[in-house]
Amino acid sequence: MILYSLTFYLFSSVAVLSALMVISAKNPVHSVLFLILSFVNASGLFVLLGAEFLAMILVVVYVGAVAVLFLFVVMMLDINFVKLREGFLQYLPFGALLGIVLVIELGILFLTDRSSNIYNNQTPLQPIVNEVENTKMIGQILYTEYFYLFQICGIILLVAMIGSITLTLRDKGGVKRQNIDSQNTVDASTAIEKKKVKIGEGI
Amino acid sequence: MTYDILITGLIIIAQILAVVVPVLISVAFLVYAERKVLALIQLRRGPNIVGPFGILQSFADALKLITKENIIPSGSNKIVFILAPIITMVLSLAGWAVIPFAPGWVVSDINVGIMYLFAVSSLGVYGIIMAGWASNSQYPFLGALRSAAQMVSYEVSIGFVIITVLLCVGSLNLSKIVLAQQTVWFAIPLLPMFIIFFISALAETNRLPFDLPEDESTLVAGFFTEYSSASFVLFFLGEYASMILMSSMTVILFLGGWLPPFDVYPLNVVPGVMWFTVKVIFILFLFIWVRGTFPRYRYDQLMRLGWKVFLPFSLFWVVATSGFLVYFDMLPN
Repeated sequence: MILYSLTFYLFSSVAVLSALMVISAKNPVHSVLFLILSFVNASGLFVLLGAEFLAMILVVVYVGAVAVLFLFVVMMLDINFVKLREGFLQYLPFGALLGIVLVIELGILFLTDRSSNIYNNQTPLQPIVNEVENTKMIGQILYTEYFYLFQICGIILLVAMIGSITLTLRDKGGVKRQNIDSQNTVDASTAIEKKKVKIGEGI
Repeated sequence: MTYDILITGLIIIAQILAVVVPVLISVAFLVYAERKVLALIQLRRGPNIVGPFGILQSFADALKLITKENIIPSGSNKIVFILAPIITMVLSLAGWAVIPFAPGWVVSDINVGIMYLFAVSSLGVYGIIMAGWASNSQYPFLGALRSAAQMVSYEVSIGFVIITVLLCVGSLNLSKIVLAQQTVWFAIPLLPMFIIFFISALAETNRLPFDLPEDESTLVAGFFTEYSSASFVLFFLGEYASMILMSSMTVILFLGGWLPPFDVYPLNVVPGVMWFTVKVIFILFLFIWVRGTFPRYRYDQLMRLGWKVFLPFSLFWVVATSGFLVYFDMLPN
């Protein structure tokens, strides 16, 4: 139990601290690296909750793919961060207001009767060990009850993908592309042409 | 109470050492084996001076490298520069936590074992990107960019191959994946996926013919150009450890893990860990054999192979396999 709480506080404190570093780090690449650290710690928290499938998906999708592309873009772009930070004080009141609203909302949520039941019920700190793996549980609910929503998500992603491809695809003329099939079908009869050249004339 | 925690902690540390130490020793011998096999392919002798048949060559090399001076370029981003090889090394060892060597011989037998392996192998790219960026030099940076694009591309087809296998198993647990192959190894019914997985594993570990991130003929040494002594050793060990990790993943997914080829008398008394080792060595030999025989891919060819050949093909096989299983009512559970 002590070990469980210790790991919880380790993961959550590192996650919060690295989230802070994301917005305060001077170097944009360092920001992205702290973002990755934050993601990894969040997935550690998922494991503590007993949601191991979500934890692994978080690492595979966000850390393994999305953050790689983030890092890719941030490394390639020449961002002048000093310039970006100039408006920091100007936006501070607005940002602080948003933060305060969020805290108040969370406070209301935790102080209402519905959530106070949670404390009365003495929710176990440790994960509930189920007979069914949570991968199976997610599958059973995702492909039955939420099947149409799941399909709609897929279609939205497909539309977004087609949209981004059409926006970035520029078919400039004069680009030489390798045609593997035509290269593989080349033989002596198509590659070599015999010509009779008259002496002194050339082709 | 505290005494129990101490005992549990000591047992966990002992288990970790029991896995990590053999892995590191096998890395040393893998490097030796690679040099020897390549030498035989090229009609040379290979290392033959240090120890009998040159068998201690890797240890001598490691000692030499570690005792050298560690140079950190003045223009580099020092913290990230030092972190990069450490991350590579740690990630290539972290995956071993879920590998079952024999029935019950596993440090952590988790439900989502294969997802964990997939996640850890997809994190491997960070060591390379960080190294390339922190070096603050053109060649490493180009190597890092190549590697980022390459590893993301080949992960997609690896994901589909894993899904195909999982359709036939009905569980994400690695031990259950092995046990599902008692009747037939998945390499036989899913032969095309086995080949795709092996080729993608070559790309994922940056091995020839896909070693463009460290392409010595164009990028000096790619992402680790600026690294020297101990930090170079970490990259080197990390690369070979992840090679062995990918080979064990191939063995577990397709070659029946610790299971003997046939469940008959002289074969099934051999301990499972022996079968596992023999199969991993076979896959590693394939890795080296490919290195000795194939020329390096050009970068656009590499991308074409990943996105235009493997991705549609593996997607088709996912659909075909699930259709077959549903039609003949062979779905697990």
